Amino acid sequence: MDSVIKVEHLKKYFPVQKSSLEVFLSRKLEFIKAVDDVSFEVRKGEVLAFVGESGCGKTTTGRLMVKLEEPTDGKIWFKGKDITNLKGEELRKIRRHLQIIFQDPYASLNPKMRIGEHLEDPLLIHELASKKEAKELALDMLERVGLVPAEQFYNRYPYQLSGGQRQRVAIARAMILKPEFVVADEPVSMIDVSLRASILNLLMSFKRDYHLSMIFITHDLSVAKLVGDRIAVMYLGKIVEIGKARDVIHSPAHPYTAALLSAVPSFAKKALRVEIKGDIANPRYPPPGCRYHPRCPYMEKICAEKEPELVNVGEEHYVACHKPLSLNL
Amino acid sequence: MSTLLQIENLKTHYTSRRGILKAVDNVSLDVKKGEFVSIVGESGCGKSTLAYSIMRLILPPGKIVGGRIVFNGVDLLKLSEEEMRKVRGKEIGMIFQDPMTSLDPLEKIGDQIAETIVEHENIDKKEALEKAAKLLESVGLPGDRVNNYPHQLSGGQRQRIMIALAMSLNPKLLIADEPTTALDVIVQEKIMDLLEELKKDGRAIILITHDFSLAATRSDRIAVMYAGWLMEYGNARSVVDEPLHPYTRGLIESVPDVWIDREIKPMPGFPPDLANPPAGCRFRPRCPLAMDKCSTEPPMVEIDGRKVKCWLYS
Repeated sequence: MDSVIKVEHLKKYFPVQKSSLEVFLSRKLEFIKAVDDVSFEVRKGEVLAFVGESGCGKTTTGRLMVKLEEPTDGKIWFKGKDITNLKGEELRKIRRHLQIIFQDPYASLNPKMRIGEHLEDPLLIHELASKKEAKELALDMLERVGLVPAEQFYNRYPYQLSGGQRQRVAIARAMILKPEFVVADEPVSMIDVSLRASILNLLMSFKRDYHLSMIFITHDLSVAKLVGDRIAVMYLGKIVEIGKARDVIHSPAHPYTAALLSAVPSFAKKALRVEIKGDIANPRYPPPGCRYHPRCPYMEKICAEKEPELVNVGEEHYVACHKPLSLNL
Repeated sequence: MSTLLQIENLKTHYTSRRGILKAVDNVSLDVKKGEFVSIVGESGCGKSTLAYSIMRLILPPGKIVGGRIVFNGVDLLKLSEEEMRKVRGKEIGMIFQDPMTSLDPLEKIGDQIAETIVEHENIDKKEALEKAAKLLESVGLPGDRVNNYPHQLSGGQRQRIMIALAMSLNPKLLIADEPTTALDVIVQEKIMDLLEELKKDGRAIILITHDFSLAATRSDRIAVMYAGWLMEYGNARSVVDEPLHPYTRGLIESVPDVWIDREIKPMPGFPPDLANPPAGCRFRPRCPLAMDKCSTEPPMVEIDGRKVKCWLYS
């Protein structure tokens, strides 16, 4: 299958803010390695779900994909074209195909802009439609995302909409450009429970109809399993496991994936109980060797010494662990 | 087991310019000693108002306008404010969603816990501080954390402090209002383990949550609230496996589950405006099984020890 997005050895280090005294006393610059050497691809029509706890680097990875952050190192290709250092006009042209839906629908819309303008602006900026056509397309799109009667929503302001409705606007705004690749960053975590399903189904309908490739960022493995064709699990800036959704859920090979799974609440009776020790390490000083080793119940000597590489443990199933689990859940 | 808390026909209303919001409307609920009860529902369903009502912490424009809250044989609504102060903390503890806003940022953890103990018990500050350190150990934190300030701790650690603080007076009932909403699943798991642990001393727990599957994994009984009404109440396993109320069924079917392979079914519509709720059953406009009868208020019926407020069963 063709890859739409391909990433190799991607890194994003953020310098740690220090007081001037600290800077004066130590010359060494410190970094938080938010994303530390990750490689993956997203194929045509595929949803790759990124899961992990807060601070694992999943959101930064998503932002790097749509060029909202500059990578510290590594390469990003979009349909075979290196877009790592794209700037100015060239970047603007390609942005149309790379869209993002943010987590917070209260912060991602302009409070002074009517809903209609939110949808027309991208079309006008990318010169894809005349003013009149843009209005038609905006109205069609409002209907498509269930904001009906479309004429009424077209004239409303964000404050007049509920959280769920705003998120529909954010989805409409991303989709109106018919992008080939979309990053959805926790799109339902701020939406009321009974309304989440409809937003998820809406996103999935776009995925089918537009043959979209997506990165879906979530902290919730049940959502990842529902929407993801494949799942990537991140821990302290690294991908620790990646594979088909079914395999990652039913035969997790990394002890961290297993621990995450055992902590997910479920209506079914508990299938798994895997221990995890202590708290997540300070990302400024990640542990040597495997970053997970201080918390891992299966830790051995090598884990503290050598950083594990991603190794193949099944069809398209990779894990970065010296002692991968073999479970069948 | 004997009943610890008996809520009868509780009504807590808020007055607003748009009219009266019946946030808790005629809710009856009992909690037994040593029981873990979850109250589940969406934002605005009245679950937090119910919790605050039990603590009598409803502030104007809100008011408890009717009903009884009998705790350990005493109607809390008849107590004077002075008497109620002795119940809060000592008899009924509460932990809140956001541990950062419930802790004083300028005071050491240990001092905050010791202060509470000294207020209610006849011991001096030094003893209270020692007790505080022991309490921290009981919630899985090193005892020397008493010397830390809240900002030096992570969200999960702060929530542990809140539990230690609530436990410092050894209450018979602990109300936890969305204690893990802001936390990652692994931290959530540990906090919930801690809550379940507390149950073992015969203490009752009320968990307020929007997360139905979390309630399912932890509770003895589940109460489902919608638009100020108690819709269903019963044994957690039976509510999950065989939901009686169409709303309960809808909620369960709308959330994805990691261990159950099924499509998710969105629930149509939105929760109603509480200032202007639909006539009859408040769930009627969203209900896939609505009938003519539903334009009048359904009675609360009891089936096999379970309660359900729906015309389907009468």
